[in-house]
Amino acid sequence: MGRPLDITQHKRLLDIKNLTIEGFNGRDWTPIISNMGMKLKQGEILGLIGESGAGKSTLGLAAMGYAQTGCRISSGTIQFDGINLNALSTNEKINLRGSRISYVAQSAAASFNPAHKLIDQFVEGPVQHGLMSYNDAVEKAIDLFRRLDLPNPEKIGYRYPHQVSGGQLQRAMVAMAMATDPDIIIFDEPTTALDVTTQIEVLVAIKDVISELNTAAIYITHDLAVVAQLADRIMVLRNGKLVEEGQARRMLDSPKKDYTRRLLAVRSLGEEKLRQEKDPSLVLEISGVSAGYKKSEDIVKDINLKVHRRKTVAVVGESGSGKTTVARIVTGLLPSNRGQITFLGDTLSPDLASRDKDCLQRLQMIYQMPDVALNPRQKIKTIIGRPLSFYFGTKGQKATERIEELLTMVELPVEYMHRYPAELSGGEKQRICIARALAAQPDLIICDEVTSALDQLVAEGILNLLQRLQNKLGISYLFITHDLATVKAIADEIVVMYKGRIVEQGIKKDILKPPHHDYTQLLLSSVPEMDPDWLDNLLEERAAA
Amino acid sequence: MLNLLKQSPWSARIGLFIILVNLTTIFLAPYIAPYGETDLIGDVWAPMSSEHLLGTDQLGRDMFTRVVYGARNTISIALAIVFLSFGVGCSLGLIAATLGGWVDQVLGRFVDIIMAFPTLIFALMVLSVVGTSIPTLIVVIAILDSTRVFRVSRAVAMDIEVQDFVEVARLRGEGLWWIMRHEILPNAMPPLIAEFGLRFCFVFLFISSLSFLGLGIQPPTADWGSMVRENAGAISYGIYSPMYPATAIAFLTIGVNLVVDWMLNRSSLLRTQ
Amino acid sequence: MNTLASMITKRIVFGLLTLITISLLIFVGVEALPGDLAEAILGQNATPETVQAFRNELKLDLPAHERYFSWIGSFLQGDLGNSLANGRPIAEVIGWRFINSLILAGTTAFFAIPVAIILGLLAAIYRDSWFDKFISISTLSAISLPEFFVAYILIALFSVQIMLFPSISNINDQMSFLQIAHAIFLPCLTLTLVVVGHMMRMTRAAIINVLSSPFIEMAQLKGIPRRRIIIKHALPNALSPIINVVILNLAYLIVGVVVVEVVFVYPGLGQLLVDAVSKRDLPVVQASGLIFASTYVVLNLTADVLSMLSNPKLRNPK
Repeated sequence: MGRPLDITQHKRLLDIKNLTIEGFNGRDWTPIISNMGMKLKQGEILGLIGESGAGKSTLGLAAMGYAQTGCRISSGTIQFDGINLNALSTNEKINLRGSRISYVAQSAAASFNPAHKLIDQFVEGPVQHGLMSYNDAVEKAIDLFRRLDLPNPEKIGYRYPHQVSGGQLQRAMVAMAMATDPDIIIFDEPTTALDVTTQIEVLVAIKDVISELNTAAIYITHDLAVVAQLADRIMVLRNGKLVEEGQARRMLDSPKKDYTRRLLAVRSLGEEKLRQEKDPSLVLEISGVSAGYKKSEDIVKDINLKVHRRKTVAVVGESGSGKTTVARIVTGLLPSNRGQITFLGDTLSPDLASRDKDCLQRLQMIYQMPDVALNPRQKIKTIIGRPLSFYFGTKGQKATERIEELLTMVELPVEYMHRYPAELSGGEKQRICIARALAAQPDLIICDEVTSALDQLVAEGILNLLQRLQNKLGISYLFITHDLATVKAIADEIVVMYKGRIVEQGIKKDILKPPHHDYTQLLLSSVPEMDPDWLDNLLEERAAA
Repeated sequence: MLNLLKQSPWSARIGLFIILVNLTTIFLAPYIAPYGETDLIGDVWAPMSSEHLLGTDQLGRDMFTRVVYGARNTISIALAIVFLSFGVGCSLGLIAATLGGWVDQVLGRFVDIIMAFPTLIFALMVLSVVGTSIPTLIVVIAILDSTRVFRVSRAVAMDIEVQDFVEVARLRGEGLWWIMRHEILPNAMPPLIAEFGLRFCFVFLFISSLSFLGLGIQPPTADWGSMVRENAGAISYGIYSPMYPATAIAFLTIGVNLVVDWMLNRSSLLRTQ
Repeated sequence: MNTLASMITKRIVFGLLTLITISLLIFVGVEALPGDLAEAILGQNATPETVQAFRNELKLDLPAHERYFSWIGSFLQGDLGNSLANGRPIAEVIGWRFINSLILAGTTAFFAIPVAIILGLLAAIYRDSWFDKFISISTLSAISLPEFFVAYILIALFSVQIMLFPSISNINDQMSFLQIAHAIFLPCLTLTLVVVGHMMRMTRAAIINVLSSPFIEMAQLKGIPRRRIIIKHALPNALSPIINVVILNLAYLIVGVVVVEVVFVYPGLGQLLVDAVSKRDLPVVQASGLIFASTYVVLNLTADVLSMLSNPKLRNPK
């Protein structure tokens, strides 16, 4: 791994004991993390892993003696290099932050001040802490920008945040955190908002710089594969409590707790695919379709794809690839400029308004954010009941029976029909969305990033459910996603999109097997794997190529 | 509903109490008031006494009676205006947001232009041309005020309109009217109710100001704004009779504002959670 | 720079269009008077000769569009026509009154703006403290009060109880600066109280909005002292909403002036307008209405242009 592994000899930098942090929910204080301990040695990289609500960011920030607005540190001690952070005055804490301990936020775009140039924001810390003169700090910035492989390191600092791309901005934020040669850097999901191919750049930059400068780091993420590339030691958190802690390699090889094992498991479907007749009928065919928001400018060009009965076609691509646009064309929300869409043997009219009820009923859609896809003012009963009465005129007792049946189908208790969406968890809401789509008895469901907003284990549950439903009801899916792990799990066929065009398509086995199209190769190789040596190997391979 | 009340802060309870008192007065005015609305029953500007709780006004009418009837006249006119302006403003706002396109453009430009006029000046000019009467007042102020309601309800509806659940309904093939009634309106209600309170305060103060300027509700109708104006001269003699109707105005608007403030806080809390 | 320049140009063009529309509306509004304007104003008993003279005076016999252009043309040259009530040139009546109104509004703005911004800033920084709660309840009350209520409270206190300031603010050009200051103290205080409430609440909301941005938390985690965070990080981003707040309230002041002038019998444009409306002196109403409305439009225009200029994303395009 290129890092000195004898950090056991190093002095202890951070020692958190019995820490409890509470958050205010509007009525009372409830613990976000309870009775937590954490240690960090000089030069060590600690990975904090957990799903949403695990309290990993709260713990990370506590290492700076900082609690977010609406949170308070209610008990425990935080020792940094022999100093008790709890006992420090506000001014003394301010002196430590950004000089000896620094922070890299998840969204650089939101965390850089839009009103100032990057260089001024870089220089502010060291100069305010009295560690460097302005000119020295500028030199340091240029040096770090160069080390982090930012284009045009002498000039880029003189731009405003909105003039720099997301990946570059994230690297500039890493540079800013390193400005004062801190003892500890806290990385809070620094690559989560980025595309996989961009994520690699940032990961490499982080890895190189911290090993070169021998800085200790706390790396917070929900993605085990990412942390596997960097961390010496890993702590797994769940609901504010420690699940398991250990050396990174040991943890990846032989996790002790079941929860860790489930997080580690490569996303796989428990459900077997139902194999069926050799030549299934065609459900959807898109041929030569181009579309855009203006007649003259096409966002997606020359799209050709087919979806057969009881099949899942995954459309994969990064942000800006045009994959969601394809979904909007099929639904008729964005009328195509050219080309033809055939659905169940009939030609679909390009725009929604002129499609008939029967066609609308057979084509349903599920969204990324179940929160905004359900009307918060309607009960589940109304939400699922509307397609029943709208398409089939089912009402009263019959409708209630059907709703119960649908809820059972998506594995939710029937009593849920009397609840409002706000009383359900994220995964449960997504199941309601699925039930609503099923209520219409569709032949094709378009799934637009349906698992992206969900935690890993919840997402797996949803994917399994979708597969079971397909086996049982023979529905076809057009699956829009950026997540290759999901694709590997659920797709029969894969369509790879890049800059508005399909670059490669075919059955899953063929696409995942070399030789690949260049972009598919880049995309596939950029998905982090659990292997701790994956990043190093990949870089060697790419250098050799 | 009761639960809601239990959670409310003391400021909102005071506000609710004030609103309740005023509403009761509207309905029970003839029973509460000891004299007739326009009865001349005593000396000019008589001091407070057991016969005249708040003394008498500049013509010798009972001040307490006038304040009670004033509540009825001023508040009901203000309510009529707000209902009218909400009827017009809200429906146009929702239509503009759901239809979009040229309808939205035309309505938006039109409202921009009316709003580029200071409301008071606009009202003064219109009244100078068509003259003052209660129906004119109601229509003129309602039209002016509906532009604000239009903006707010359009913005609220736009926020809801872009949510996926509206798209779901659209993809299902639902008609415009159904989407408006079942998807948009229920979600727009909380901010619109708060806006109703704000608009009421504004309209109420506006009418009072107009009456105070002598261009609103005309004598001998008891109305708080005109009562302040008619009795204004008393103040330089150290007689506080203009203060009673003025205080009544202040109390009601503060009361409504306290409740609205609480409602706005509540909905912003809900949003952040 | 191009997008910014074109946005500003568009905004200015829209402002001009609004002004033209307003002048048209004012003109048409008077045209729309039911029946014959001359007879309506002069009443039933007017002789045909007086009606005819009146029609000539108002150029009522010319076609509508010609009258509009001649009205606007002479308006732009400073000739506002003659008053119906006393036959004097309106420009003469309005000129010094307009200046008086400006003195009142200007003095109020001079004191109210800094006070409101500082209070709003403090309330936002010490959010939810007793100071914030006190300020928020008292400003809420202040904006709920009609101007005349505040005015009479002040009169009762300062001119009836302790007789410190006059309840009638008559000023003229023979008065010294101190005399004028003494005379306009109460109307200014009234307007200040009302305007500060609005402005302070809006400033507070704008600052709190900026303070909850991620980049403020980032600055805290960089170990930047609180004072510097407020000045260097929050203020530049709150500038555009604050500018908007200030100018919105200046525009509000223009209207607030009308009521306060009537209470204090202050010789300003507002009082003139109210007088003219009750006497149905239409040329005066037209002229002063147009002046009020133009000031209002220009203020709103300035607010939009300034807030575009203070937006770093627009100032430094990609």
